[in-house]
Amino acid sequence: MNNRLKVLRAERNWSQGDLADKLEVSRQSVNAIETGRYDPSLPLAFKIAELFELAIEDVFVSPSKEA
Amino acid sequence: MTWSPANRRYNFRVVILSLFYAAFLLGAVYGFKHHLVTGPLAWVAAILPALPIIGIFAAIGLYLVEEQDEYLRMLMVRQTLWASGFALSIATIWGFLESFELVGHVESYYVAVLWFGGLGLGACANKLTIGRGS
Repeated sequence: MNNRLKVLRAERNWSQGDLADKLEVSRQSVNAIETGRYDPSLPLAFKIAELFELAIEDVFVSPSKEA
Repeated sequence: MTWSPANRRYNFRVVILSLFYAAFLLGAVYGFKHHLVTGPLAWVAAILPALPIIGIFAAIGLYLVEEQDEYLRMLMVRQTLWASGFALSIATIWGFLESFELVGHVESYYVAVLWFGGLGLGACANKLTIGRGS
């Protein structure tokens, strides 16, 4: 699933490790989610969106809306 | 790559269990070789090396329960699926070959060896498909 995680992270000058610490997950998880290799669970997706103070759909691109 | 707390506990348990396995196996081999164990004690000595192996299966289950990182948990689940599929497939093929007397008998505990090898295959499959860190 495509997402804006890398952009959102870069806007805040956070490394993958910083984001991982804030989400209490491993850096591997952040990397996998960011590169679209792993789709997070709904609770983790909410946690990510809430961290960036955004709605889930502002972070993750719905597969049905992808070109 | 970094280890999660659950992963560190899992590694510690596996190391301890491996040491017990080595000790029990060496003890059993020595005991049987020198005819020191007979009767019920022979059963105990023969089963003891299996217990740490079973413990490692339990440690993997415990890891899946304790791992808070859902991505790392999924990687281990995929590894165990690979391990189970690999070990059961080889065991099934070998069983038929053995039934038709095309190959010799192999002790069934080698299924566990295959399963642990399958964990390695699963790790490679994870690396090739969804990766692990970077």
